[in-house]
Amino acid sequence: MIRLSPARIALYMISALVLVYLILPVLIIAPISFSSARFLTFPPPSFSTRWYQQYFGNPAWMQATRVTLTVALSTVVIATPFGVAAAYAISQSKLRIMRFIHMALLLPLVVPIIITAVGIFFVYARVGLVATMPGLVLANVMLGLPYVVISVLAGLQSFDAAQEMVARSLGMNRLRSFFAVTLPQIKSSVVAGGIFAFISAMDETIVALFISGGQYQPLTKRMFTALRDEIDPTIAAISTLMTAASFMLVLLASARQRRNS
Amino acid sequence: MLALVSPALLVILALIVLPVGWLAWQSIYHDGFTLENYLRVFTEDIYWRSFALTFEISFAVTVIALLLGYPVAYLANSVPKGCSILILSLVVLPFWTSVLVRAYAWLALLQRTGVINQFLRYLDVISEPLALVHNTLGTVVATVHILLPFMVLPLYATMQKIPSDLMQAGASLGASPSLTFFRVFLPLSLPGVLAGCTMVFVLCLGFYITPELLGGGRTVMVSMLVSRNVELYNQFGAASAVAVVLLLSVLAIFFMVSRFIPLDRVLGQK
Repeated sequence: MIRLSPARIALYMISALVLVYLILPVLIIAPISFSSARFLTFPPPSFSTRWYQQYFGNPAWMQATRVTLTVALSTVVIATPFGVAAAYAISQSKLRIMRFIHMALLLPLVVPIIITAVGIFFVYARVGLVATMPGLVLANVMLGLPYVVISVLAGLQSFDAAQEMVARSLGMNRLRSFFAVTLPQIKSSVVAGGIFAFISAMDETIVALFISGGQYQPLTKRMFTALRDEIDPTIAAISTLMTAASFMLVLLASARQRRNS
Repeated sequence: MLALVSPALLVILALIVLPVGWLAWQSIYHDGFTLENYLRVFTEDIYWRSFALTFEISFAVTVIALLLGYPVAYLANSVPKGCSILILSLVVLPFWTSVLVRAYAWLALLQRTGVINQFLRYLDVISEPLALVHNTLGTVVATVHILLPFMVLPLYATMQKIPSDLMQAGASLGASPSLTFFRVFLPLSLPGVLAGCTMVFVLCLGFYITPELLGGGRTVMVSMLVSRNVELYNQFGAASAVAVVLLLSVLAIFFMVSRFIPLDRVLGQK
């Protein structure tokens, strides 16, 4: 079926080059993180775990890691129920205003993040939330909500709402029928949405640059500052760990979503 | 039902609608109404140049991403299912790597003592290291890398919906493969082109981390103008005016595009 015309060969070669361009930066980090060299040399002179030791042995990096994990977990715990409730309401209600609410919930994806960051900074400065943990968590909840809403809405689309009606006609109230009938069936998309919110909070940098400070600075903010000042291979070690963590989470989420569909 | 959306809605209202409204207010009000901030944005050279540069870079990034992304999407669409899943996974893989991590990787690859310069010197292609980073070039290379998946995915989604019968019909009527491509396939893939280009262009307009880390301080994009006015100069009014102009540009682009294709098709890929 596929003939090897010159155009076809060109297509293969261009695509291969583009794929190398996409993958190379992702692959280059791990070798650097295990290199013994102070500066970036390639291939690495010898194997070493010194940058990992630097990371795990440095109280500032450890504190930042604790902040990141706390923020990401709290974000999931808050954004997931908020997002599920909103997605359920949007899918069930026929009110016209719901369309606008749906659009409003996707705003964090539309507004350039730098504008969101500066705006939140001004508001937080007024109410004293700058450089606080609740402030950081709240901002990440806002940024993570669209992922939960999109994922759960997709899950609800393939769910037959009549089943809940049956449960209610048999005497369950709305809340019980949701938890007994609907939630178990859309569980996968809920989990996937939660995981995306977690990754979004783990990676978030720009808002944190403006509103975090003192002891409540996430990993990404410290990494950004470190990258601006000097290139330290410790960052390669942290990057490798972060990349491994996100890949594992994405695999988990997509396995979940596949099981759902 | 409204009670169910209210927690999420409150968070959105308090943390994005209110802050953006505050910015808009602050840009026109400082001890009385003033248009001074906007006058500065539109007349002062540095602001004007930064906006021009940002649009130029966004345009260049969009064109490059389209040229690189189209063949990949086309290939993924034309090979058996297993191969296309592999190609798409390679496209999405960097998508899930932190933008900071990738900025670090590009610094490692492109700097004077970086992998690419060392490799080229080893091959004796160059004698002096090339200036690949801390300039606009480095910014564009890394930005295209980050935004390419936003181009490939909508292109692929659109191409998948083009029935292959149409190409066969073209071929059976005697058209050469290139003619069927240009007359049948390409026009039908244009909605995907528009969706991908919009997403890439709009995201690029607001890019911050990449130009800040790879631009070397000379490539001042609009987002850096906003942050510098806040962090370095305490010029909140000016920062707000710049932010409002940037936001209005983004909304105007989305509005124009929404007249040709539904917006959820553009946003659905993110």
